[in-house]
This record gives sequence, C-alpha cells and structure tokens, in this order.
Amino acid sequence: MVRILVCVKQAVDVSQLKVDSTTRRLIIADAPKKISDFDKSALEEAIRIKEKLGGEVLTLTVGPEEAKTTLREALAMGADKAYLISDPIFENSDTLATSYILAEVVKKIGAFDLILCGEASIDSFSAQIGPRLAERLGIPLITYARKLSLEGDTVTAERSLEESSETVKAKMPVLITVTKEINEPRTPSYMAVMKAFKKEIVVWKAADLGIPSEKVGETGSAVQVLDVLAPKVERKKIVIKGETAAEIAEKLAKTLIQEGIVAR
Amino acid sequence: MYSENRDLMLELMGKGSELANKLQTQLTAIVLGHDVKDSAKELIGYGAQKVMVVDNPQLKEFLVEPYLSALTQLTKQHKPELFLMGSTKRGKELAARLAARLNVGCVPDCLELEVDEQRRLLAKRIVYGGNAFVTQVFRTKPQIVSIPRRKFEKPKYAEESRGEVVNISDIQLEAPKTEIVEVKPVEMVETRIEEAEVVIGGGRGLEKKEDFMILDELAHILGGQVGYTRPLAEDRKWFKEWVGLSGHTIKPKLYIACGISGVIQHVAGIRDSKTIVAINKDPEAPIFEMADYIVVGNLYEIVPALSVALRKTLG
Repeated sequence: MVRILVCVKQAVDVSQLKVDSTTRRLIIADAPKKISDFDKSALEEAIRIKEKLGGEVLTLTVGPEEAKTTLREALAMGADKAYLISDPIFENSDTLATSYILAEVVKKIGAFDLILCGEASIDSFSAQIGPRLAERLGIPLITYARKLSLEGDTVTAERSLEESSETVKAKMPVLITVTKEINEPRTPSYMAVMKAFKKEIVVWKAADLGIPSEKVGETGSAVQVLDVLAPKVERKKIVIKGETAAEIAEKLAKTLIQEGIVAR
Repeated sequence: MYSENRDLMLELMGKGSELANKLQTQLTAIVLGHDVKDSAKELIGYGAQKVMVVDNPQLKEFLVEPYLSALTQLTKQHKPELFLMGSTKRGKELAARLAARLNVGCVPDCLELEVDEQRRLLAKRIVYGGNAFVTQVFRTKPQIVSIPRRKFEKPKYAEESRGEVVNISDIQLEAPKTEIVEVKPVEMVETRIEEAEVVIGGGRGLEKKEDFMILDELAHILGGQVGYTRPLAEDRKWFKEWVGLSGHTIKPKLYIACGISGVIQHVAGIRDSKTIVAINKDPEAPIFEMADYIVVGNLYEIVPALSVALRKTLG
C-alpha cells in the first residue's frame, strides 16, 4: 500500500501559442492550456504503481479556478483525490515561492511514500520545482527517472543522463521527477471521466495553509521577468524551383557550393 | 563557478571572466573530487583568479548531497555576487537545490548574460517550448544561473596567468541520500552531434526506419551526421536520441531538414544553425519560415538527387 502525491501544472499549450509579428509579443492571455506532458507521465506512473501495489494517488496543483479542468483529467485517469491550491496572492509566484506553497500543502496532507513530478513544465521548462520541493521537505531526490520500481521501503530508478544511464536507490519517502519516456499516459474512458465527477477536489486558500502574503506572489519571488519576446527570424527563405527533382537538386547543390556553405 | 563537466567548466570561465570584470569582482572556480589538485592549478591559466579545491575521498564519485553541501558552505562563506553552474542534468539539479538552500533565485539554461547600468545581471533563456526568450533579473544574491554547453567560448590558456589555489579542508560533507547501484555508459556516436558541422535531419516524412539510408548517404558525402526528431525516437522508437528543445541542441554550419514539419520544439534545437535547408512536400510546413533555402518536394526524390548532384561536383 503506497500513498503517492503527484504535483501537476496546468501549463500554456505551447504548440498553440500565437505571436504578434510586429511587436514580437506572445499572446498569452487567452492561450489554450493543458496539463503539462511530463506531469501527465508522472500521474500515469503513480496510477500504475497504485494499481500494482494498492494505495492511493493524490494530485495537487497551484493555480487559478480553471486548473480544476486539469485536476478532473487527473481524477479521470485514476487519481483518487485532488487538491486545488488557489488564491489571488499566489499569482506571479516564481519557483521559490511556488515550491514554498507546495511544501506547505504536503505538510498539511501528511505522510506519503512518494512524490512524483514531471522533469520540467512544458511552458517554463526550468526544472526547479522538484529539486526545490525535495530540499524544503528534506527528502531524497531522484531526477530524470525513466523507469521506477518499488520494493519494500526502497524505490529503484533508472535515470537517463547525458552520457550514461544510472540506476539509483533510495529509501522512501522520496521525490522523483520523471521523463516522458517513462510511460505512455492512458486516455481515460468515458466511464472514467463520468466517475471522476464524483471524486473530491479539495480547495485550499492561503489562509487554510497559514501562508503569509509576503512569502508568495511577486513579493515572495526571487526572480522577476523583465520581458518575454519571440525570437527574430532572419532567414533568407529562398525557394529553389525546378521541373524535376534532378533539376532542383542541381540548383541547390550549385547554390550551396557557390555560397561557400559546402566546401569543394 | 562549478561544473562537473570539464569542457563546460572552461566555457563558464570565459563568460565568468567577462562578468567578473564588468562587476569588478573576483572570479573563483570550485573544484570538487578526489585527487584533483593538479587540474585545479590549470584553471588559473584559463582565467580563474582563485581556485577553491575540496579534495576528499567522499567526493570521488558524483553524488548530489556531498557535492551540494560543499558548494553550499563555500557559497555561504564567500558570498559571491553570482554563481555560474554548468547546465548538465546534474548541474541543473545542483543549481536548483543550492538556490533552495540559500533561499535565492535561480535562472537555468541561460543563453545570454549581460550586466546593465544598474549592475543588474540580465539572464536570458528560452521558454514556451522555444517560442520565446525571457529576460529575468534577480532580487536576491547570489544570483545563480546555469549555462548549457557551447553557448560561450572557451578562453585561451595563458601560462603566465596568476592566481591562487586554496585547499579547503574544513568542509562538512553531507552523506548521500541516494545510492548508485549501476552506471552504464550510453553508446556514444563517433562525433557527438553537437559537434557536427553538417547535420541532415530526418522527421516524420520518413516512412520506414531503413529509409534513413538515403539521409546517411547525403551525410556521408557532406562529411556530416544524421539527426532525428523527437517523434521518431519517442513514438516510433527508432532511435534513442533526438534533436530538439529537450534533446540535443545543435549549431552546425549546415542543417538540411528532410520531411520535418518544423514544430517549435524541434526548431528551438536547430535555431543557431548557420544555414538551414528544408525539404518537405507540404508547402505550408512551418519549417519553411525558418529556412534559408526551401524545397517543396518529395524527400524520397530530392535527397537522392541531391546526393547525386553533390557527388558530381565534389567528386
């Protein structure tokens, strides 16, 4: 029997982001959101472990009211209970402040065996929440796990590093960040989606956690954003045309050589 | 500054010197390990004004808690303006955890680092899956940033550089919380793709794994390597590695994208290529926005024809 907490983020769906080409500003305000892909894998892994060993999966997210959609999705996949941590004072919190909020939530929830997170979020991709949360809770951390197994009070993980694959062990409770390679998340059936509406979503505000405003939001953050701009695209965009593949290829080859891109 | 990766450490030194000059502060390198005193001295030649060495058998193998505890204590004692960490997977974890212990901010994977008139560090990195650059500033010190490989140049070695090497012996090293059971080196491609001058990219336009032969041929003629997009590795499981935001970032002289639509995450991995050629049968393929030379055509016809044409001229 294991108790697994899964931290999820309702992130900006980066594949659907639009840019204003004159100002190079991103149109974030109404951009579609979705559950961060890596978090989905974390959820899937937690649910699989629960299905194998028994226990419960609790999912939590710090976000606005609309983040409930992500929590419903998690419940439909198989999580047992969800927590929405929402308060206007949490807005614009950086990873320092967000990890503080999550730590308070975990402390309030109580004992657990595992916390699973995605390796990073799809929109910010800073990969800091897992490590920061593990530090705040004083528990072992295993990052970039692409395979997990539990035995007794120990978790063993295979990590994909740049030049090696490392197998590590740690005694629970442990926080693990997972890569997308770890599994293929399930698509919940219609029945599961309907059932999910009966599962509980607990909503906690700052007051429920005893969180003071100076420790969160912009005031509680250590880094600030100066600006966010789309990159300048300065490519030539020269179209190479021709009647046949051979003709196009000849033209392209000639151009590449003439321009010194390919050395003789 | 710290990186467990030697090459990356040297790259940090180059940028580190520049920033140390601008901020008129000292550049200190940290070396952790066992039997590492000699490599420490070498860093002076690359620009470190001071090298702090923690040489201890407990540091022989990289394990987070011992390394982290050393870095934390040294940082607390010496109170730097700025801490540069090499952004490998290990380095990113170290940076975030160091920041957590010191209760400060951390900006990972910086592509650009500048100091403004107010002596603020401006850290620029990629967000939104490659769609944008964000510039961030810190409200806390030390300002911790991590820097990926090949973003900054290695400095030249200067034999005559002066600096001091300090051996630190009074550090309390924490015991590791995880145990390494096994380490398997990953099969290395002859040249790492990040170092290739010419890369031929293959994407979902390729129908069968065997079809990569036509890309291999082109790569061979140009003295380059073949790269793959994430779906071919993750979904089709043809390969283990890929080129893109969460995989390898490359900056070859020439990148030829074949049958690649050009989703933003892939483009983020090739953006710094000097010249980009894109071949795709879909005239609306997003990759064409990023290309210097565009060929709307079937890669199965164009790529072999290109190999023929190049072989004729290059001999």
